[in-house]
Amino acid sequence: MSKAPFDPATQAAVVVFIGLAFLVGRTLPWSAPGEEPAAAARATAVEAKAPPQTPAAPQQAKTSQSPPAAPIAQPAAFTPQPETSIPDDDFGKAIRFGESIFQDTKTNAPGYVGNDLRCANCHLDRGRLPNSAPLWAAYVLYPAYRSKNEHVNTFAERLQGCFRFSMNGKAPPLGDPVLVALESYAYFLARGAPTGVKLAGQGYPALKKPESFDFGRGAEVYAQKCAICHGPEGQGQKSASATVFPPLWGPASYNWGAGMAVISNAAAFIKSNMPLGQGGSLSDQEAWDVAAFLDGHERPQDPRFAQTVEATRAKFHDTPMSAYGTTVNGVLLGASSPPSGPAPSR
Amino acid sequence: MRNGLGSPCGRLLMSAPATSQARGGAAHGLCAFARLLPAALIAAAVLTSPVRGQDGGRSIAEGGSGGGAPACSSCHGQQGEGQPDSGFPRLSGLDRGYLTHQLDSFASGGRKNEIMGPIASALTPEERSAVAAFYAGLSAAGAQTKPSSQSVSAGGQLARLGEWSNGVPPCISCHGPTGAGVGGVFPALAGQNATYIANQLNAWRNGERANDPMGLMAAVAKRLTERQIEEVAAFFETLTPTRPGATP
Ligand code: HEC
Ligand code: HEC
Repeated sequence: MSKAPFDPATQAAVVVFIGLAFLVGRTLPWSAPGEEPAAAARATAVEAKAPPQTPAAPQQAKTSQSPPAAPIAQPAAFTPQPETSIPDDDFGKAIRFGESIFQDTKTNAPGYVGNDLRCANCHLDRGRLPNSAPLWAAYVLYPAYRSKNEHVNTFAERLQGCFRFSMNGKAPPLGDPVLVALESYAYFLARGAPTGVKLAGQGYPALKKPESFDFGRGAEVYAQKCAICHGPEGQGQKSASATVFPPLWGPASYNWGAGMAVISNAAAFIKSNMPLGQGGSLSDQEAWDVAAFLDGHERPQDPRFAQTVEATRAKFHDTPMSAYGTTVNGVLLGASSPPSGPAPSR
Repeated sequence: MRNGLGSPCGRLLMSAPATSQARGGAAHGLCAFARLLPAALIAAAVLTSPVRGQDGGRSIAEGGSGGGAPACSSCHGQQGEGQPDSGFPRLSGLDRGYLTHQLDSFASGGRKNEIMGPIASALTPEERSAVAAFYAGLSAAGAQTKPSSQSVSAGGQLARLGEWSNGVPPCISCHGPTGAGVGGVFPALAGQNATYIANQLNAWRNGERANDPMGLMAAVAKRLTERQIEEVAAFFETLTPTRPGATP
């Protein structure tokens, strides 16, 4: 304190200014770089980026404002529009088309889907359910800078990422009717929500990282609580030709680049939403263990594959939250992944 | 609630419409019979011979078992199509594993029912699996479906979309998009009679049925209102039954 202090009035103004800037900063996804994963990437955790240098879970736990998971979804501060207010015009048609793509993706967006999943598998209640990465909460957080691809992404570009990674497919080109319809649907759900605000119920509520998580313990949880629907080999189950219970690993599931392949995201989704109709019933530890089990299995290759498994890990998976490029249960994950993208014959 | 919640035998009597007096009478007789079953069991035990395969299943279905179980067809119909007016379920075309699990549950008490409890207990485990195989092998087409009415569209909404604000997932997310069932655990609901469906949902609500894996179905049923039960039961009754293996 060798310099003369500012007069009290200036001091107060500076404090207020800094305080305001801080508040604004915290509510915007693209500001404080260290917070980027907490805001934008987790926003739509299905394809959220692998966290950068630090493990994301503790940080997410600190910044998470979401209510604790409970068997019944907590009422969110924001409620999306009811179906009945979809307008009866051409825009309404696009909204409805978007909803039908969301519900039955392969049928309504053929050519862009390379697995047996539907958007609604990970975004329950047609993208409406709080704490299940609802569309309305994601929509208002874009455009946003994402370190996954190191530039500012529009919402449409974010949707492209879902097709490329979570759907193990092919990104529809910008302006494609599929993207226009999905964006219209998300806009419709978000109508009336404040822009640029992380709403209660957004993403999947992050879970505090445990001391450890374990593939073997996860296998037991899986056998007891998950296999009855998703099958003993994670292959899912069908009724006639329709997939009813989604495959969780193997060739018909999400690929290594998907956000759900990040253990912390899978743990958060599972804790809030699984078993179906009994969300919140697993302990945090069970959710982490079983997430490590799912994401410790082979699945379609990361479409950003960079020559070798080691290089791909170094570039995109260098975090304890990804098992890609590590050896789990005797398998070097990534070394014999099925190819990414839709099979040519489909 | 369509029928009284009390004893299923009482339920049968109450629900028997005037036009099916004879059937109601027959059912009453069977109820009385069911109460005497333990004695009949002992008497008949000596005559019991092991039953194998589908033929064994058919002979139990059509003629009863040596252990004293009555012919299933007397209540479940000649083709296993059920009796909608009395709330007897269709069995034809349901999954074999599912049917076996239900018969085992009736025998063990995990699923409590005054009629089916003694009948299932009168069958050996082998006979239960044989008769399950027989019904699983029948075409599901025997069931009658009803035309849509007004409550059906509300029921359809619940079946397809659920009521997530109350923690109820869509029924079809477990029972399949056409209600045809999934594997050996999630039974077909399409074309099942509404009285029976409503009775089951109520049985979960009041704890008479507690044999579902992980309480998956109880968690759903306990969140439904009586009105939702009526509506969703009416909806599934109107669907055409198909086999999960068959392409629609
Ligand atoms: C007296 C009439 C009667 C007879 C005879 C009868 N059942 Fe039943 N059955 C019922 C009733 C009533 C129910 C519904 C019970 C309930 O509400 O839980 C039922 C339910 C069932 C169910 C459960 C179906 C489902 O979808 O879960 C099976 C399986 C079954 N019966 C098999 C049999 C077999 C096999 C026989 C012959 C050995 C038989 N039943 C004989 C009346 C009968
Ligand atoms: C989370 C998965 C799940 C959901 C969602 C679900 N069910 Fe079920 N349901 C089951 C399972 C599992 C069984 C078999 C229980 C058993 O083995 O006894 C079942 C059985 C039933 C049965 C008994 C069928 C018979 O033949 O006895 C009825 C009726 C039924 N469900 C109705 C519904 C309705 C109506 C809904 C929607 C409101 C629904 N279910 C939603 C899992 C589910």
